[in-house]
Amino acid sequence: MSSGCRSALVAVALLALADCSASARELRICADPNNLPFSNDRLEGFENKIIDLIAHELDAAVQYTWRAQRRGFIRNTLGAKTCDLTAGSVASLPMLKFTKSYYRSTYVFVGRRDLPEITSLDDPALRTLKIGVHLIGDDGFNVPPAHALARRGIIENVRGYSLYGDYREQNPPADLIKAVAVGEIDVAIAWGPLGGYFAARQSPPLRVTPVVPALDGLLPMTFAIAMGVRRDDEALQHEIEAVLARRRSDIDAILSSYHVPLVQAPQTAAGPAP
Amino acid sequence: MLGRISSRLCCMLILCAFPLAAAPGESSLPAPPTSAAPPDDGQWRMPAKNFASTRFSDLTEINTDNVKNLQVAFNFSTGVNKGHEAAPLVVGSTMYIVSPYPNILYALDLAQPGAPMKWKYEPKPEPAAQGVACCDVVNRGAAYSVGRIYFNTLDNMTIAVDAESGKEIWRTKLGSINRGETMTMAPLVVKDKVLVGNSGGEYGVRGWVIALDAKTGIQKWKAYSTGPDVDVLIRPDFKPFYDSDKGKNLGVTSWPPNAWQQGGGTVWGWISYDPDLNLIYHGTANPGPWNHEQRPGDNKWTAGIFARDADTGQARWFYQFTPHDIHDWDGINEIILLDMEWKGQARKVLVRPERNAFLYVIDRTNGEVLSAEPFAYTNSATGVDLKTGRLQVNADKEPKLNRTIRDICPTAPGAKDWNPSAYSPRTGLLYIPHNNLCMDWQSLEANYIAGTPYVGAEVKMKPGPGGNRGEFSAWDVQNARKRWSIKENFPVWSGVVATAGNVVFYGTMEGWFKAVHAETGELLWQFKTGSGIIGQPITYRGPDGHQYVAVLSGVGGWSGAIVAGDLDPRDGTAALGFVNAMADLKQATTKGGSLYVFRLP
Repeated sequence: MSSGCRSALVAVALLALADCSASARELRICADPNNLPFSNDRLEGFENKIIDLIAHELDAAVQYTWRAQRRGFIRNTLGAKTCDLTAGSVASLPMLKFTKSYYRSTYVFVGRRDLPEITSLDDPALRTLKIGVHLIGDDGFNVPPAHALARRGIIENVRGYSLYGDYREQNPPADLIKAVAVGEIDVAIAWGPLGGYFAARQSPPLRVTPVVPALDGLLPMTFAIAMGVRRDDEALQHEIEAVLARRRSDIDAILSSYHVPLVQAPQTAAGPAP
Repeated sequence: MLGRISSRLCCMLILCAFPLAAAPGESSLPAPPTSAAPPDDGQWRMPAKNFASTRFSDLTEINTDNVKNLQVAFNFSTGVNKGHEAAPLVVGSTMYIVSPYPNILYALDLAQPGAPMKWKYEPKPEPAAQGVACCDVVNRGAAYSVGRIYFNTLDNMTIAVDAESGKEIWRTKLGSINRGETMTMAPLVVKDKVLVGNSGGEYGVRGWVIALDAKTGIQKWKAYSTGPDVDVLIRPDFKPFYDSDKGKNLGVTSWPPNAWQQGGGTVWGWISYDPDLNLIYHGTANPGPWNHEQRPGDNKWTAGIFARDADTGQARWFYQFTPHDIHDWDGINEIILLDMEWKGQARKVLVRPERNAFLYVIDRTNGEVLSAEPFAYTNSATGVDLKTGRLQVNADKEPKLNRTIRDICPTAPGAKDWNPSAYSPRTGLLYIPHNNLCMDWQSLEANYIAGTPYVGAEVKMKPGPGGNRGEFSAWDVQNARKRWSIKENFPVWSGVVATAGNVVFYGTMEGWFKAVHAETGELLWQFKTGSGIIGQPITYRGPDGHQYVAVLSGVGGWSGAIVAGDLDPRDGTAALGFVNAMADLKQATTKGGSLYVFRLP
């Protein structure tokens, strides 16, 4: 009797809490519902986890607007004011205002552990191995490693995997990493967070090695990633920035649990700092 | 202001007086074959008016003297705020219009005052088509044949609807938006087949054209634009004119291994048909999605034109306007079929104002290029070698990553994009709506999509020489030269209709609907519609026996994305760099789709 009464009290208290947070602040996030390790609508991505952490700090409830992160994503989400914050983007897009970057990752080689490790774009093995890269297709531009290979005359043995894939399938960009695991290609060059996450999930897990040089001529292989808000939303920018700084170590722990390769900004063309 | 324009046009008229006077009699002007352009019945049953794609009407009630009196007969809101690129159709006493996504088909009763709606048919395309699909949500129109209206939806349905009742007869799914494929073109119905093609080259889609059985919607044949000969429908009776198009499986061997599988060459533009030769003609879009450095080779059969057997789809010849395209120059523009005298010989030709700024006259029996002269400013190519058929490119203006190149002309939408010109057999002139745009290709710019950063060049489009972004030109087909042209502030993204009354109609992105003199280009009348015009005007004889002119107003499309898509004018590289050239369009017009129909009082 008394225990039943206690749980009823707890329920009332929880209800009150829920009520409280509902009437309080809402953190409106724009995100892709089908793109791990970044985000999905089952809230399994590292961006989902970091957003939860921020929401907790701001005492806010999270509300998502889902849309495939493709051409028109920003226009139709932040731009249409259906949400206010995107958890990840390169910080130089002119459409948005960005926080200070909260991580920097790198393009990586993803290969099987029973094959020799590729560590550099200048490895002679790249002239004969079957290499997979993502195809962007927006305006005919490609991922930087693909441009870097073309500059070296490596074209015939490069296979393109659509970054968009078939959106009915789960996490369509992951096809590139699965292609390494099943031996369709010898090595993939993928963006770090995606490469790290899906390499760890193959059996046996694949080897992940940062691409060197980190700056290939003018082509960067590393990018700083930040959170973005509308250009007139400086208040939110500052607030998020402060939380990101305050919870730095927790964020690093989340990124590391998702196997996101983290690097420092390259100082020279010689290679990335560790 | 208007007075000054008139006096300038007067000067032009004087300059042109000699060739006009010297021109031989009307009978020797290039003319469409009667089989492809039968005598006008006052209806408008397909977007191009006829199989020869002249977009010319024999109606003469509206002429150069009285056009100034045109007034609105009625208008009709489509309720859709995206770019309206379609041509209305008129069959009997009914007008049909198809809207951009969600692709609503309306039937209006022209026999009733105010043309009330008879019915509407809503195909309800998947809403996801907007987010997952590439590019835009436009639709370029429907086609009528034997009691049915045929049209495509953004989510890859071809649909047949009963023209009288508005009831769906069949629908056939031809592609997947989840793979970036869409359909935006207007079908062409040839005999018992509905010809349709796909869009979405930007997403690595492989281009195709499909013939569906008009009765049932069942696929009769499918021809890809890349890959092995068997897929492209190439057999030994394929006889291209130039050596560079001869050889086995060029759709595979002119690419790096496997790249043809995602090679583009979509078929999102216009198809023409010659009943005498029983050939259809269709263009293919640009190669993709690799950057051009990663796809060395001619990338067959992209950025070119096919002649195919209308019954079997088998290819008869092919010509490539832009081998190994590096500019995004889709070869999908309109194809006008004419018979003309060329160097003393009667030739069956097709005329194509191409994105690469050259106006091609091609023998449509065999694919030989008879002439290719620039109709717009270009510094990217110096000409076309008539011996080899090869475009002569200027290497200094080739976009290359890591290089800053100023003033590359024309730009990605080309000297002229999809919006079709009209040909008048009375004047021998092709009326071409087109662009005058150049671009600066600047240093690397980082971008981010689907969780992945990548680099591209920062592309900024800007007005070409003269400072105007658009132009409306009259091209003398027989003499292969420009007769007159009108500068427009914005790119001219509308279609054109020419009439036997010697009046030519087109629209501007500010929303002006204009009538000009077919011989001189003199502005005779204009009317400001509610939004920018990117639709295709038509003219028809109404149930009351009088001539009407109709056009859809509603800005959008690639050039108008800044308004229809609410793009940020401060982001000059949005819409693939087009926004930089269109920053002031938001001050000039607002979105909203409406039909406008005009008549004499």
